[in-house]
Amino acid sequence: MKFFGKTKIDFIGKRRIAFVISLVIILAGIVSLVINKGPKYSIDFTGGVAMELDLTPVKDGAQIVKVQDIRDALTNAGIQDAEIQEIKGSEGKQFILIKTQVVGGMKDKTSTKVIEIIKKEFPDNVNPETLIRLQEEVGPKIGEELKGKAILAIFWALLGIILYIWWRFEFTFGLTAVAALFHDILITIGIFSILGIEISLSIVAALLTIVGYSLNDTIVVFDRIREDLKLYRKEPYGSVINHSINETLSRTIITSLTTFVVVLSLYLFGGSVIHDFAFAILVGVIVGTYSSIFVASPLMVEHFNKREKKLGTRSKKR
Amino acid sequence: MRNRKIRGLVILVVLLVTAYYFLPMVVPNLPSFWTTKRLILGLDLQGGTQIQLEVDTSILPEDEKEDAIKTAYEIIRNRIDQFGVAEPLIQRVANENRIIIQLPGLKDPSRAKDLIGQTAMLEFKFLASSEQMQETYETMDKFLQENIQNYEFLEEFTDVEETEEVIDVLETEEDIEDESYDNAMIFTDLTTSKDGNPLKIDYKHIAKLKNLLKDSQFLQNIPTGLQIALGKSDKNDPYSARDIYILHKKVEIDGKSLENAITRVGQGYTAKDKGPYILLEFKKSGAKKFKNITGQNIGERLAIMLDNIVFIAPTIESRIPDGQARITGNFTIEECHDLVIMLNAGSLPAPVNIIEERTVGPTLGSDSIKAGILAAIIGMAIVILFMMIYYGFSGLFADIALVVNVAFIIAVMTMLEGTLTMPGIAGMILTIGMAVDANVIIFERIRENIRAGKTIRSAVDSGFNRAMVTILDANITTLITALVLYQFGTGPIKGFAVTLSIGIVGSMFASIILVKAIFDGFVTNSAKDKLSI
Repeated sequence: MKFFGKTKIDFIGKRRIAFVISLVIILAGIVSLVINKGPKYSIDFTGGVAMELDLTPVKDGAQIVKVQDIRDALTNAGIQDAEIQEIKGSEGKQFILIKTQVVGGMKDKTSTKVIEIIKKEFPDNVNPETLIRLQEEVGPKIGEELKGKAILAIFWALLGIILYIWWRFEFTFGLTAVAALFHDILITIGIFSILGIEISLSIVAALLTIVGYSLNDTIVVFDRIREDLKLYRKEPYGSVINHSINETLSRTIITSLTTFVVVLSLYLFGGSVIHDFAFAILVGVIVGTYSSIFVASPLMVEHFNKREKKLGTRSKKR
Repeated sequence: MRNRKIRGLVILVVLLVTAYYFLPMVVPNLPSFWTTKRLILGLDLQGGTQIQLEVDTSILPEDEKEDAIKTAYEIIRNRIDQFGVAEPLIQRVANENRIIIQLPGLKDPSRAKDLIGQTAMLEFKFLASSEQMQETYETMDKFLQENIQNYEFLEEFTDVEETEEVIDVLETEEDIEDESYDNAMIFTDLTTSKDGNPLKIDYKHIAKLKNLLKDSQFLQNIPTGLQIALGKSDKNDPYSARDIYILHKKVEIDGKSLENAITRVGQGYTAKDKGPYILLEFKKSGAKKFKNITGQNIGERLAIMLDNIVFIAPTIESRIPDGQARITGNFTIEECHDLVIMLNAGSLPAPVNIIEERTVGPTLGSDSIKAGILAAIIGMAIVILFMMIYYGFSGLFADIALVVNVAFIIAVMTMLEGTLTMPGIAGMILTIGMAVDANVIIFERIRENIRAGKTIRSAVDSGFNRAMVTILDANITTLITALVLYQFGTGPIKGFAVTLSIGIVGSMFASIILVKAIFDGFVTNSAKDKLSI
């Protein structure tokens, strides 16, 4: 079976259109980031309290707890501005997501306080064995540190990649690959900002995974470009690179498809903990595949053409 | 020919090792010579609490800091050992004043947090006389009245109307007529419960008092030699009002005099004699001191404090010669048990702060495992089917490689005694998608070669050879990001990086070596002019 025979799609010729599309999506993301004053960070980076509690009625005749009642109870006890959300679990279970700042200091144990309040105010809905599904309290200092670490991690990853590709290919290949990675990360962060999804520690891990995946994709095409450039010395750069993209197209699509399918399965069936993470990678797979065909390789064409103007060794079509 | 033999050997060894470590996961009753290692589940899958502590050494001189951290580590380990959690993990973060504690299976971390986070500084102090208390109240009321602009959170107490009743309770009539006391009862009001009891603070105001007790200006204005302290909260009724104490700063006896603490359960009928209490036994020197102090101060109230919280402040009725003291009160049995652990483990040399706490309940953990396995099976099934349909027989080879790879990841994780976390499962699932990539690259090359008119044999060989360079380049860059993730990551992220890295190595082995071997066998042993790809 086969999806593609020998294709001859003119990707390079359409590169300006692709650049415009990328730019529009990136700009939309940036506008959203500006409006929302930066990405929405989770408590991993800002510090704070996040909990998921099981408030399924445990006594006969107990009522489903209303979000407003929880808010009132918390406010009365001095915990203001909590973000409260209801999640419907399977089998009629009622889960409540509570996010709040650390009230007082870490010494005052905000999370313990919340639990005490819930236990007192909604005793008919609390089974102490299963009440806490998730409870996280992160001090502001740890948050700051993690932010610094995350930025450093992305920096080192990108540096490592540039150096490796520089060694294996040429410096410009490395730079171009990293430009494509920036493109992918910017779009993913932008989409997260537009959809209001928080950037947590695991999302940073997802971003780095996207970096790895997108790069994998880009390298396969670059590798073919390197090979074809030696093979077709007389051809203009544009058509050689276009040829390489077409040759690897079938592989690009199939790998993206299998990866997409498993991540989709993770997104649909993998449970709440991994949901946002899977979504980020889902976006990343699409954007990463797109960028190796429409961003990284065309950028190489631009680079070669520019160098060509100075040196002039190949024919100058395109 | 020799190369093939070596290759065969390598494959055999890898498969055997994989089977050795993977099988325990799927076969329950293996013979006794089999490995006893099992895949460890992370806290996010089995449920439990992770707490990160910082030892606050800022007040200590430079040369004592390191010792303080080591002592704190030992004491906390002692406390946790006594606490009774199965397989706790206590780790000092290298070269930092931080300690990470993992407590698997804990359903509610609040007890553990109390146990770990308290300094457990035991002190005996005398309560102030009623004149001194009155003076303190007047001073503090006046101070807050004059400086109310600095204490906005006390605004609600500046209202006179509501406070009249309270004034009646505490002050004599002359005071009320005195103009200067018009509405100057902020501190009194703060520390009077809503049902009119003086020296009691309502639950909702406790945070405000704590703020005041952190404020240096407020503290400076407390009459010299005195301090204000909160009473213990009632675990049976955490919302009840708490006592306020005004006492002398001077420490009469401290934790160093303590020999031993024991939990006892009182059998008496009055509230005071019933229920659990703590029996303190002093060392010889401490007992002597205690005897003198009690003998000389009959009729006074002696407060027993732990970490600046007054647990009990009984009136001394007679000299106590036997070196024993009781802390009674509204204890729960767990609370008593935990306090005794702390008292016996000794007080921390420096205060510790909990800077991070993460708990996953058992229900979320098991939900995650189920969801992860479901997602993995569905994803894997689709990929396996797809590869078979798209690449025919060759797809089947790739599927074998895929299954080997997944078993390989689990086996290596088991061998290294790594921990499987939810992000780790995600990494594995991602690897399932990406592992076939190497085979896709190879198969597409072979298809191209066949299209170009090469014989099957040379199409396969050159396909593998050419694809290998690409696969190495692509995977090494992914490996770089995985390694960075490992370096930067905490717990779960590390788990993800580990499975991703093992998956990458495994997929290279499976696709380049294993699938090639199968191909070689297949291509040489069958009709050579046809290949299902």
